[in-house]
Amino acid sequence: MTALLPRRGLAQILALIVILAVDRAVSPQFFDLRLQDGRLFGSLVDVLNRGTPVALLSLGMVLVIATRGIDLSVGAVMAISGAIAASLADTHGLPVVLSAALGAGLVCGLWNGFLVAVLGMQPIVATLILMVAGRGIAQLITEGRIVTFSSPDLVWLGNGSVLGLPVPVVIALGMLILTGAVVRGSALGLLIEATGGNARASELAGVGTRAMILSVYVWCGVCAALAGVIAAADIMGADANNAGLWLELDAILAVVIGGTSLFGGRFSLVLAVLGALIIQTMNTGILLSGYPPEFNLLVKAVVVLAVLLVQSPKLSGIAGLVTGLRRTKA
Amino acid sequence: MILKALFAASATAALLLALPANAGQLTIGFSQIGSESGWRAAETSVSKQEAAKRQVNLKIADAQQKQENQIKAIRSFIAQNVDAIFLAPVVSTGWDSVLKEAKEAKIPVVLLDRDIDPSGKELYLTAVTSDSVHEGEVAGDWLAKTVGSKPCNIVELQGTVGASVATNRKKGFDTAIAKHANLKVVRSQTGDFTRAKGKEVMESFIKAEGGGKSICAVYAHNDDMMVGAIQAMKEAGLKPGKDILTVSIDAVPDIFKAMVAGEANATVELTPNMAGPALDVVAAFKDKGTVPPKWIQTESKLYTAADDPQKIYDSKKGLGY
Repeated sequence: MTALLPRRGLAQILALIVILAVDRAVSPQFFDLRLQDGRLFGSLVDVLNRGTPVALLSLGMVLVIATRGIDLSVGAVMAISGAIAASLADTHGLPVVLSAALGAGLVCGLWNGFLVAVLGMQPIVATLILMVAGRGIAQLITEGRIVTFSSPDLVWLGNGSVLGLPVPVVIALGMLILTGAVVRGSALGLLIEATGGNARASELAGVGTRAMILSVYVWCGVCAALAGVIAAADIMGADANNAGLWLELDAILAVVIGGTSLFGGRFSLVLAVLGALIIQTMNTGILLSGYPPEFNLLVKAVVVLAVLLVQSPKLSGIAGLVTGLRRTKA
Repeated sequence: MILKALFAASATAALLLALPANAGQLTIGFSQIGSESGWRAAETSVSKQEAAKRQVNLKIADAQQKQENQIKAIRSFIAQNVDAIFLAPVVSTGWDSVLKEAKEAKIPVVLLDRDIDPSGKELYLTAVTSDSVHEGEVAGDWLAKTVGSKPCNIVELQGTVGASVATNRKKGFDTAIAKHANLKVVRSQTGDFTRAKGKEVMESFIKAEGGGKSICAVYAHNDDMMVGAIQAMKEAGLKPGKDILTVSIDAVPDIFKAMVAGEANATVELTPNMAGPALDVVAAFKDKGTVPPKWIQTESKLYTAADDPQKIYDSKKGLGY
């Protein structure tokens, strides 16, 4: 199993290295780092920092996808939790703000999980409901305006630093370790994979598939809520119209780039986060390149296509055959 | 007091036979797009204020960003036989048939904030809009005047790619600075009109331009992106408003807050008061049959730190931006 992991991650690591090299080529100062007011300053830090929301979303999303589900509502949940956090920030302490915002994410996750696990709705339809309604809820909370706050505690969550690293990055790292410890440190990960692989067989084998499905949606909601708080803290305001907009798609993309199949049954947390970093490395590179913005989406599409092609089993089969032939010739 | 007002109103109504005698005041239906942005919310609240000022009964229908809802709202306004219809069209095409219905019912239609496809020009009374090319020009002229003859590298935060407002604000700014060889846009990227993207893009601009030292000014197609960019500059240890000049468009309350703090220099107003001029036009049309020009351009006013930003912030913050 441990020997399997590096081989599985090879394509992603290669893709990241290639994109980093391209970034270095379009922007010579890409790897420059310096200390600015006690925090590291440079494009690499930007990649980590800006990649945090999608990385957090992908942590929840990868578990949902492992159960053969999908969660389209994470962007809307970000907007809700950000709106709640911003509305409470100046009148309540950080513990209250955080528990209210994360609690909202938990409730959203419970709702999705209930629709999927208990009512047996198809995940894409069930979560579509909250994707549409959730943004409306967030707009109701903010009354359609950008709610700003100045609470230093919450601002620190978005803009502070720990040992030179931005706080969001530290939080994402902590969440990765926590999620990894819970699902891989116990049999939970295996049970989640079993649920996604074959729910009926797993249930007959004694796996509580309903509880599994419910809990992954809840975790996905909590991760999304955390991402929403960080996104709001970053701009010192909650923008219900735009916070987390389309990020559900980036999160799904990150999971897919990380090699997790949408058909469920297996997953890798680290590779999903790596997928998020690949997306952000590309985004930051595009911004640094100085190309006209009309090319942004095109470049992104081509890169994503290339990364996914590298992972395609058919293509790697052909590539393997070619290298195999070369080896036998030599 | 109320009685007096009522008396006065009914007296005017009696004098002006053109007005429906039962109401004594104009009833206008307003098909608003929906709550797509803070500016839109402000436009709605200013419209209510302007209507109340003129004792006009304004019925607002929120279309939730859907044309079909706007068409339904217009049909229902026609059925209610309102005196005029205001329309803030969500898209520029597909209005011909419903506007023909309004024309047949002899109800004048005034477009607010956005124009529609030229094929329907005879179908509406007038359009009250801002000229977004001109907004960009005002921003560019201010920068050229402020910088003087010094060389100045400008970075630009564009609006959403393909949005006409973004294209026009870029065009206007480019035209204004083209006359000055010392002004040059060195980087231009889209910030999608949002704070978060404005901040992210500005961060990358700062990295790409040697820590921001070679940047002399930032031009943002809206204030929200500028608010994000100001945060990015501060986090990079730069002083926005002093080391780097800022000019943006819209005049939302938060940019005045930044101005009070000395972190923003100038903003060009996209006035949320489109209903005011429209109400005046309708009143004149109903009273004296005055036919207005097809386009009424709202003023693109420039605000700087010299304009008492605190006072403007206070007056704007309640409008729902």
